[in-house]
Amino acid sequence: MTSTTTTLPAALRAPFAAGGSNAIDAALANRLLSIALEAGGDYADIYFEFRVSADYALEEEQIRTLGRGITLGLGVRVTKGDATGYAYCEDLSWEKMAHAAKTAGQIAAAGGHAPIGVAALASVSTPSFYDVPTPSLVVPAPDKLALLRAADKAARAFDPRIIKVEASFAESIKEVLLFTSDGRMATDVQPLMRFGVRATAEDAGKRQAGSGGGGGRYGLDYFADARRDAAAHGREAARVAIAMLDARDAPAGEMPVVLGPGDSGILLHEAVGHGLEADFNRKETSNYSGQMGKNVASPLCTVVDDATIQNSRGAVNVDDEGYAGQRNVLIENGVLVGYMHDRLSAKHYGIKPTGNGRRESFRSMPLPRMTNTSLLGGKDNPEDIIKSVKRGIYAKRFSGGQVNISNGDFLFSLTESYLIEDGKLTAPLKGVNLIGNGPEVLRRVDMLGSDFELSDGIWTCGKDGQSVPVNVGTPTVRIASITVGGTQA
Amino acid sequence: MSGVQVTEATIKELCDVAQLAVELAKKAGADDAEVLVRDGSELTAKIRLGEPELVQEAGSRALGLRVIRGGRRAVTYTSDLRRDSLEALCAETVTLADLAEPDEFALPPDPALLAKSYPELDLYDPRVAEVDAAWALKQAIAGEAAARKHDARVTNSEGATWSRVLGATAFATSGGFVGGYRGSYASLVVEPLCDDTTDPTTPKKRNGYWWTASRFLADLEAADAVGIEAARRTVATLGSRKVETQECAIVFDPEVARGIVGTVFSVANGSSFWRKSSYLVGKEGELIASPLVTIVDDPLIPRAPGSKPFDGDGLPTRKNVVVDKGVLGPVLCDVYSARKLGGGRQSTGSAGRGIGGNPGPTTTNLIMSAGTMKRDALIRDTKKGLYVTSLMGFGFNPVTGDFSRGAQGFWIEGGELTFPVSEITIAANFDEILKRIDAVADDLTLRSSTAAPTFRVSHMTLAGTSR
Repeated sequence: MTSTTTTLPAALRAPFAAGGSNAIDAALANRLLSIALEAGGDYADIYFEFRVSADYALEEEQIRTLGRGITLGLGVRVTKGDATGYAYCEDLSWEKMAHAAKTAGQIAAAGGHAPIGVAALASVSTPSFYDVPTPSLVVPAPDKLALLRAADKAARAFDPRIIKVEASFAESIKEVLLFTSDGRMATDVQPLMRFGVRATAEDAGKRQAGSGGGGGRYGLDYFADARRDAAAHGREAARVAIAMLDARDAPAGEMPVVLGPGDSGILLHEAVGHGLEADFNRKETSNYSGQMGKNVASPLCTVVDDATIQNSRGAVNVDDEGYAGQRNVLIENGVLVGYMHDRLSAKHYGIKPTGNGRRESFRSMPLPRMTNTSLLGGKDNPEDIIKSVKRGIYAKRFSGGQVNISNGDFLFSLTESYLIEDGKLTAPLKGVNLIGNGPEVLRRVDMLGSDFELSDGIWTCGKDGQSVPVNVGTPTVRIASITVGGTQA
Repeated sequence: MSGVQVTEATIKELCDVAQLAVELAKKAGADDAEVLVRDGSELTAKIRLGEPELVQEAGSRALGLRVIRGGRRAVTYTSDLRRDSLEALCAETVTLADLAEPDEFALPPDPALLAKSYPELDLYDPRVAEVDAAWALKQAIAGEAAARKHDARVTNSEGATWSRVLGATAFATSGGFVGGYRGSYASLVVEPLCDDTTDPTTPKKRNGYWWTASRFLADLEAADAVGIEAARRTVATLGSRKVETQECAIVFDPEVARGIVGTVFSVANGSSFWRKSSYLVGKEGELIASPLVTIVDDPLIPRAPGSKPFDGDGLPTRKNVVVDKGVLGPVLCDVYSARKLGGGRQSTGSAGRGIGGNPGPTTTNLIMSAGTMKRDALIRDTKKGLYVTSLMGFGFNPVTGDFSRGAQGFWIEGGELTFPVSEITIAANFDEILKRIDAVADDLTLRSSTAAPTFRVSHMTLAGTSR
């Protein structure tokens, strides 16, 4: 048990936790799992979730809205071969829970075997990657409203051309309790916060916006570091908006691109990360299917998915199937060495689960998902990398990306980028997309900086309609050639 | 499966809960309160390679509360609808509102504007509720099987999914509005996969999809027809390649054309206007698109996917003309954004509201009017360009109108679709895109709540390989 749980006030503790108003113990879990397996399923798990969230928004220099929400529910999953039955309920009465268990179990109704027993339940020992003594939800709201005001003030003070600032703070605590028919029992308390600022600049009829923000599995101590306090995020949003006022139309066509450290990891997330989620490979729908042990990237590239990074937005003590979070090497010196697995795919490949089975909520089945995905640093001096480019693009900030798993085509959107001319950053460029093919682009990585950086925690990854918090990281990277989607042909 | 039917009694029950919560919030000290209650159930049946992969079945209920006190707002939500829990929620929400700062525009609508009655739009089909998992799986299996049988080049599958949602919505306000309605929606999507070895050094997989959806079971396309169209579309992408960077005509298939129409709304609504986050600010009444472009938002079409009888402020819904022969009409507003914009502007009855948020302008059935040209004639009329079937990414800046998206489709040469294209982007300023629409086809269908026919933009920048 971590100190996060011990210090929480009663209103933030899950009713299903020990001592709660609706405490669920191993005996009750065993009964539910038995009902789930009655029709002949191979495996079942029950996943209890309690989530309290709050959000605060400032606009036009005023605190505009405060919001709060509570979610409570149980998800029941039963598998039979590769088939999954799933049901959930929001009311933890015995009748509703038993009904959900029975409904999920129906997947095995045709061709199920005699019910198998539920193994004796034993707690999974979980590491602690986000021990937050005072979660922000415990702190009175005015302290958080002060952060919004500080960001607003700093953004406006940055430049008189800043005409508008929006700031937001979102926080949540999610408590989960999980039991599996193969005998695992796990619990975790997951704090999460995200701070965001958006500034709009106007000058001579031109308008541009910029954003800044960060967060992770922290308490308000996150803001104690002056490089990422509320004012710093405000100034960063203003800086981008002002810089973009001079932006010119971006070029169109193939050229070298230098990715700045940190946020650029989103390229990696899209270009290779999703393709290495094992469900796609199990079904042979990924272009990385059957590539294990083969060269899939430049030998400079080592890619890891690491759930163990302290307080990072993507950190996972225990995944949503009851397996401990861990560090998994996916690509080593250009060679594909591992996929990210959930229970189903690990079973298919006959290996141990990798702790990547995640779900958005009790309403969804787990899928193999990324946690904190990074391209590790190399040996080049970042300045030398920029100097090496005669004409190309320097990519600094991104709004997001997308990938087609099957053919590997990915696209990502730049919100701050610069033209590189004769080894120097010259003009800022208007918002532009980069498009490429994952494996092809990774083969074209020909310089790798020594300045590895983890992005500040802002990213959310979507897959099959499920959103989970993730993080990304990368050093400065040079890609020999990629298609830039500007308007200047 | 009659247990999942949404009945008039369910709607009444939700209305009662909503009204109770309004009362409790007033008692807790709110000047005004608005409560939205939703009850829904889902059935998802997914199969892959002929075998069930997922059957998900569940129902849920949630209540969203907004209170206003002295112009200060707070929004909360819960799935716990017991009376004592609601009392606690109301007290907490009022306390929360006191921490906000007063906003003179955050007042409830003038009670005279609230909907006194609302139309029956025929949005619910009991037959959709009667579907059970076995039947749904059978439909999905039939769709996938048809795709695999149609063409031997379909070598794998991402599966087929039959799903339905049923729901009831009730809304009550302290201004005296109370109303509720129910809806159903069913869909089937088939996703075939092909191995593409056109370039043996870099074998790829090609995916595609086709779908059918309706509020009424009888209006769904047959599963095998969906499968065959999915296979046809997927196989057609085999051998996709880049083309050279150039300026050329871009023809948008209805599947992507509707996304362009959705983008018009994102810059033509009251919220983006008062926030000055739209390049269209100040252009109402001006020509912002080609005269071939007319876009309406019509919530009152019976059986249509986006229809609704009243809006998220409790006002009657109505048909609004967003763009009339290229001229920007009054932008879509909820009560708040109309007040913020001032000048006597009124809500267009376009408020949308989620369980845990403030209302804001939204669309219902947003439709670009059909033209007169046949789609084939439009392509024949195009010398050189790209016929776009899918777009990727988020490259749109509403403040400046800069637009750049990844695209896939087919190369048009001399009025004919020639070879498939991928891994390229198309870009232009959105203002130019709308004004350069020079041909609109007659192939409009109302399968989705945002809909458009095929249309052509005379030229955009295509970024691909170097020349």
